Amino acid sequence: MSSKNSNVTIYVFGKEYQVPQNLTILTAMEQLGYRLLRGCGCRSGFCGACATVYRIQGDFRLRTGLACQTPVKDGMVFSMLPFHPATKPQYNIKELQPNLQSLIRYYPEIMRCLQCNSCSRACPQDLPVIDVMAAAMRGDIAIAADLSFDCIMCGLCATRCPAEIVQYYVAILARRLYGTRLAPRSKHLQERLAEIKSGRYDEELAKLANMSTQELAKLYNAREIELEAA
Amino acid sequence: MAQAQLKQWRTVITYSDEMRRSIEKVTATRPLRVKQSFPKLKPEEKKELLAKYHPDYKPGTARKLVVGANKGEMIVNELCNVVEAYSRMNPEKADLTEIRIHTDVLVIGGGGAGAAAALAARQEDASVVLCTKLRFGDSNTMMAQGGIQAADKANDSPATHYLDIMGGGGYTNIPSLVQALVLDAPSVIEWLEELGMMFDKETDGTFVTMHGGGTSRRRMHAARDYTGAEIMRTLRDEVLNRDIQVIEFSPAVELLTDVEGSCVGAVLLNMETNEFIVVQTKKTIIATGGCGRLHPQEFPTTNHYGATADGLALAYRVGCKLAFVDTIQYHPTGVAFPELISGQLITEKMRSLGAQLVNVDGERFVNELETRDAVASAIIKECKERKKGVETPGGLVGVWLDTPLIDILKGTGRTLRLAPAMVRQFKRFGIGIINDPVLVYPSQHYQNGGVLIDESGRTNVPNLYVAGEAAGGIHGRNRLMGNSLLDILVFGRRAGKDAAQKSRAASGGKPTLNHVARFHKELKKAGITPDRRSPVLLPDYRSEEAKIEVEAFAVKGWE
Repeated sequence: MSSKNSNVTIYVFGKEYQVPQNLTILTAMEQLGYRLLRGCGCRSGFCGACATVYRIQGDFRLRTGLACQTPVKDGMVFSMLPFHPATKPQYNIKELQPNLQSLIRYYPEIMRCLQCNSCSRACPQDLPVIDVMAAAMRGDIAIAADLSFDCIMCGLCATRCPAEIVQYYVAILARRLYGTRLAPRSKHLQERLAEIKSGRYDEELAKLANMSTQELAKLYNAREIELEAA
Repeated sequence: MAQAQLKQWRTVITYSDEMRRSIEKVTATRPLRVKQSFPKLKPEEKKELLAKYHPDYKPGTARKLVVGANKGEMIVNELCNVVEAYSRMNPEKADLTEIRIHTDVLVIGGGGAGAAAALAARQEDASVVLCTKLRFGDSNTMMAQGGIQAADKANDSPATHYLDIMGGGGYTNIPSLVQALVLDAPSVIEWLEELGMMFDKETDGTFVTMHGGGTSRRRMHAARDYTGAEIMRTLRDEVLNRDIQVIEFSPAVELLTDVEGSCVGAVLLNMETNEFIVVQTKKTIIATGGCGRLHPQEFPTTNHYGATADGLALAYRVGCKLAFVDTIQYHPTGVAFPELISGQLITEKMRSLGAQLVNVDGERFVNELETRDAVASAIIKECKERKKGVETPGGLVGVWLDTPLIDILKGTGRTLRLAPAMVRQFKRFGIGIINDPVLVYPSQHYQNGGVLIDESGRTNVPNLYVAGEAAGGIHGRNRLMGNSLLDILVFGRRAGKDAAQKSRAASGGKPTLNHVARFHKELKKAGITPDRRSPVLLPDYRSEEAKIEVEAFAVKGWE
């Protein structure tokens, strides 16, 4: 990186400003005097509130990114897209089967997918969205769920899709179907639930709750620590 | 991969030469450290470490409350500034005659606790409105990475979980709340599974579980390192399926009380239009989260943009008791480099997976799975007193989190599989955490205390509940990793259920702002001037120059 005081020229919604280069799109806007309401959430790349599209002057390509995770660059022209108009249908997840029919019932447009890869290219998480859609069209819920797991639902894929699919809603339906219907259930959890229901731990907990700090500390300091698995 | 090729235009940030030299030492000591076990602190050593280096213990960082239900008790300065503050509403002039929304249950806050409360209340057939300051889901829940605790394995028990929590909290936690937490934990996991959350599991359904700082059993359940995001997006999707009215960008700016002092609703502010919305309710649940964006002691924070302790301010004005508001949790491993994302969270799961903390010379100085208060204090000591930190080009100081150990210990490819968010977070800037360590320093993370609640989430004010980070008592003076995702769901659901069930019989009186008028009088008497107002709603990160220019033009509305 060059010296931290050197400035770069950026264009916020097309308007020209000079800012120090050690800033993200988000912090550059704030430093300039923008006080954000929409377009700012976790500020850490987890919530998808600050989806942004930009170009670098002289380059025809339209780039995408999260404003909170994208450093400013000289000649950057950008606009935030803090909301994508998509309607989420209501469904009862417990009544749905983990198959293609469930996806098509709510999102029939998935079959219009051209496999053009615009979605993957727009994804700020670098997810293979094209493969998520291919799996969805095959009704392969497990693959669609696994490949889309890191999705932050920012909406950038949907803004670029020529087939007008809302990939992030399709993907969460696939993940919930996987989680509730296909993922193996845990036996040890059910056993513990039954024990708790039978009141097995009530007496021991009541005893602990009535202990003095000294008695508790003695137990705590002497407690056995399970080894980390190799 | 095609995508990786395409996105090579991203700005690359590289370690300075000085940092590189330190990394060479870290690499050199790594083979010796792989099998090295570092001793845990003895109780008295831990006590001394906290007293000397934990930010809570720094003189002058907390003060006595001069008004309200906790008058005379200590509170962190930044929290004091929002609870001992005037309302944004003028109780003499506000017009409450036009009631726009009537509902059984109002949930204030759209994070994990709010969503859980809304779902539980709706399950009991109550009408539910959920209002939130930013988008639904913009919350600390979304950003929680590491995991959620539940004692559901054969070698574990709710009693063992209980003991870990009490020890971690300095034996100050409220026992009945901890009992509720540990006993409900397995049922919360089952609930999430049924909603379709994708946990990390073995092929036979056994949960993949790990240690966290201060746990005696491996009981951290995770969904890669997107655990909170996976919980939040699942709950959000379910709320949107359940005929719950969600009002975004409209935080509550004041509660409403009847002549008897019971909570009967709230006034929301549509921050986009600056219009007030009066909501009359039978039960109100505050789930507004934490306070990181108030930046206690000017620390950076891992919290989301809206974490400004709004609910604490509303609750205190209406007469609620607070608990443990003199203590703040600093997460040991906030990002120190690249500086443009400093303060952001690096999950404790990295240490659960075997990443070690080492100083400028590549030496360990603390057992990485001590409780957070102790690890954070040890890092501060290493940097500030022993001067064994590593300086960044921008002047920040930190220690190394030796992440390459994870692939060495767990097998090639495990870092990417178990912590994709962390790999991605640094890869965006050209740093590869599988081959290089990352620089860390403590960052404000969690409000240990909050509004005092009982096992059903009830406060001392009739018809008012609090759940999630805004509540206090569960974690005492220090929370363990994985117990926050748990507590928001346990107490969110308990509050929602109780509120809905009791709303059947409840009938609130006419809404007033009498409590605000009373509180204002107290403030005035104590000599506090009306320029201090709350809730804060959002931090102001504009540059000083920009702020001064705006002041000259007297901006109205929420700003």
